[in-house]
Amino acid sequence: MTTTTASQVIHEPRFMDGDEFHIATFALLQQDGTLFEGARAPELGRETARRIYHTMVLIRVLDERMLAAQRQGRLSFYMQCTGEEAAVIGSAAALDDDDMIMAQYREQGALAYRGFGIDEFMNQLFGNAEDYGKGRQMPIHYGSAKLHYMTISSPLATQIPQAAGYAYGQKLDGQGRCTITYFGEGAASEGDFHAALNMAAVHRAPVIFFCRNNGYAISTPSVEQFAADGVAPRAFGYKMHVIRVDGNDVLAVYAATREARRIAVEHNQPVLIEAMTYRLAAHSSSDDPSGYRSKKEEALWREKDPVNRMRLWMLAQEWWSDDEEKTLQEQLRREVLETMKRAEKRPPPPLASLVEDVYAEVPARLQEQLDALEAHVRRHPEAYPKSAPGLDQGGA
Amino acid sequence: MPTMNLLQAINNALDIAMESDPRVLCFGEDVGGFGGVFRATSHLQEKYGRERCFNTPLVEQGIIGFANGLAAQGHKPVAEIQFADYIFPAFDQIVNESAKFRYRSGSLFEVGGLTIRAPYGGGISGGLYHSQSPEAYFAHTPGLKIVVPRNPHQAKGLLLAAIRDPDPVLFFEPKRLYRASTGEVPEADYQLPLGEAEVIKEGSDVTLLAWGAQVEVTEKAAELAEKEGISCEVIDLRSILPWDVETVAQSVLKTGRLVISHEAPLTGGFAGEIAATIAERCFLYLESPIQRVTGLDTPFPLTLEKEYLPNHLKIVEAIKASIDF
Repeated sequence: MTTTTASQVIHEPRFMDGDEFHIATFALLQQDGTLFEGARAPELGRETARRIYHTMVLIRVLDERMLAAQRQGRLSFYMQCTGEEAAVIGSAAALDDDDMIMAQYREQGALAYRGFGIDEFMNQLFGNAEDYGKGRQMPIHYGSAKLHYMTISSPLATQIPQAAGYAYGQKLDGQGRCTITYFGEGAASEGDFHAALNMAAVHRAPVIFFCRNNGYAISTPSVEQFAADGVAPRAFGYKMHVIRVDGNDVLAVYAATREARRIAVEHNQPVLIEAMTYRLAAHSSSDDPSGYRSKKEEALWREKDPVNRMRLWMLAQEWWSDDEEKTLQEQLRREVLETMKRAEKRPPPPLASLVEDVYAEVPARLQEQLDALEAHVRRHPEAYPKSAPGLDQGGA
Repeated sequence: MPTMNLLQAINNALDIAMESDPRVLCFGEDVGGFGGVFRATSHLQEKYGRERCFNTPLVEQGIIGFANGLAAQGHKPVAEIQFADYIFPAFDQIVNESAKFRYRSGSLFEVGGLTIRAPYGGGISGGLYHSQSPEAYFAHTPGLKIVVPRNPHQAKGLLLAAIRDPDPVLFFEPKRLYRASTGEVPEADYQLPLGEAEVIKEGSDVTLLAWGAQVEVTEKAAELAEKEGISCEVIDLRSILPWDVETVAQSVLKTGRLVISHEAPLTGGFAGEIAATIAERCFLYLESPIQRVTGLDTPFPLTLEKEYLPNHLKIVEAIKASIDF
C-alpha cells in the first residue's frame, strides 16, 4: 500500500484541536505610509507602483460613479471593490501579464490593471452590441481573452477547480505560466473549493488560490461561516504552502503573491493566500449593510483604507504628488462619465445573437426557433423596442 | 477486420485519440494504472504517461471542474465518471459551466475540447445507484451534446467524433453491453456523425425508436412483431442532443406510427420531448397515439429489475396497441 502518512504510534488517546498551528499575518506597510520596523519593501519599481496606484484610483472612481448610475436607474446592478483594492490589484501586479486570472466577481481591479479600458467596462455594464459577452450576463461579468481574464460566472466557487485544471494545462505546455483564482471566504465553504485544493495539490498544478477574506458573505459574518481560524489552516490538510497577509497592505500582498508565483511556477505547487480585508461597500447594489453591521465597525475599517495607505507611501517615495492626485481624479471622473454616456447610447445586440455561441455552429432546431421568433417580433415590433429596429438593418 | 467488444472499442478509440493528438488527456477515478473499474482506459497510462492518463481524487465536481479548466486552456480532456449515477455532484460544473462557457463569454472562451464518459443503464443487478439513465436531465441544457452508442463499431466512431467535436459532449456508455456486445470494428481511425440518427432496419407499418442498450431490445421486439406480419422500421437515435428530428419525422410520415423506448422513467423522459415534436410535425399522418415504453416512475429496483425494465415483450405489446388502435 502506498500511503502519504508516516505516523508515530502512541498508546494513549491524544486528540489535537489545531491550536498547534499559529498562522501569523504578513504585513509591511503601516497606515501612515511608513514601513513597520524591520520590514523591507518588495522590489517594486516606480512604474509598477504608479500603475498599481493609478488602477486603484480608477477603480474607486469607477465604483463610485457606477453605483451612482445604478441609483439613478441607468444601470440594473453593480458591485463595488471598495476596501479590497490592495488585495486585488496588488496580487494582479505580482503576476506576469500572461498569467491566467480566474476571478469571482469583485476583482475589476485586476482586469483594469491588465489594461481593460473604461469603454470595455461600460460596454459590458450596459450589455450593448459591443459587449464581448453580447449583453447576456448581468453587469460586472467581465472577460477578456487578450488580457487572460476568464469571463465571470455567477455560481460561486466554480472557477476554483477550473483554475486547477487550467494551471495543470499550463504546466503541460511548459511555458512557465500560472493561474490565479480569486474567491471570498464565503465561497471557500463550497465543495468546489475543497475539490480544487485537493486536485491541485495531488496533481501539482501551478495555481495560486487567493482568498479575499473580507469579513462577510452578503450578510453572514465569517464567524458564522467557519469555526476555524480563517481559511488558511485548510492548506495543511491538503499539504499546500499557505500565507496569510494583511489584505489592505499593497506591499505585503505584492510580496506574498510574487513569492507564491515563484513557488507555483518553479516547483509546480499550488499556494493558498488568505488576504485579511474588509468589504467597505455593500455586497452589491441590491444589498444594505445597515441590516447586519454597525457604522462603528465600518468606520474602524475605513481608517485602514488600503488606497490611502498606498498614497501616503507613494508620497513618501516622491513617486506621487497631491497635484497629480487632483489631476488624475478629475480626468478619470470626466472620462468615466463621458464613456458611460456613449455606452448607454449604443444599440443592443441583434436578435440573432440570441442563438449564437450556444454551440460552435447554430443547430437546425435552434435556427428554426430563431426564425419563428424573428417572424413574431416583426408582427409585434412595438412590444420589442430593443430588437425590432435592428431587424431591418440586417441585424437578424 | 478485428472483432471487439464495446469496452475494447472504447479503449481503442481513446488510444487513437491520444496517439493522434497530444492534447488529449484521460482521467477519472481508478482510470490511471488500473485502467478503470471496467478497464476502458487499460494501458493508456503505460503508453502515454502519468501526465496524460491519471487517477483523480474521489470528487466528481472536482474532476469536471478540473476538466473544464483544462478544456478552456486548450487541452482535450476525456473525463470519466465511474457510473452515470454518480455524475450529480458534478451537475453544477456541467450544467452551469461546461454548457454555458461559450455563450456567456460571447465565444471569448469555450470548453469544446471536453468529453465526459460515463457508463449508464440497468440490467446488471446494479440496483438504484448503478443502473440509472440520466440523459434527460442533461437534454434540458442547451450547450451540451449527448451521445449514446449501441455497439462496438458505433462506440468507436462516435467517441472519436465526440472527442474532436468543438462542443462539450456527454458520452453515455451502455455498460450492460460492455462485454456482451461484440462485433467487427475497423482498426483505422474513423468518425461517425453526431446529431444524426441511423435507420438500422427499414419497414412500413411502425417506427421503433431507441438509443444505446435499448436498441438491441427494440430489434428483438421488431423480430417478434415481424413474425406476426408487422413491418417495423428501427431507428437508433444515437445523439440525444441535438437530436435528429428530420430522420425520425420522415420515418413516421411513412409509417404513421411511433413507439419510443428508453430505460429511464416515463415522466420527464426524453421520449416525451420526441413525442411532442413528432406530434407537431406529423399530426395528420399519425394513425395512432405515440407509444412510450420506458422504466417506471420509481427509483431503479434490484430484485424486480426485469419487471421494471422496458423489455422486448413490453415493446411488442406497444407495437400491437399502436397497430390495433
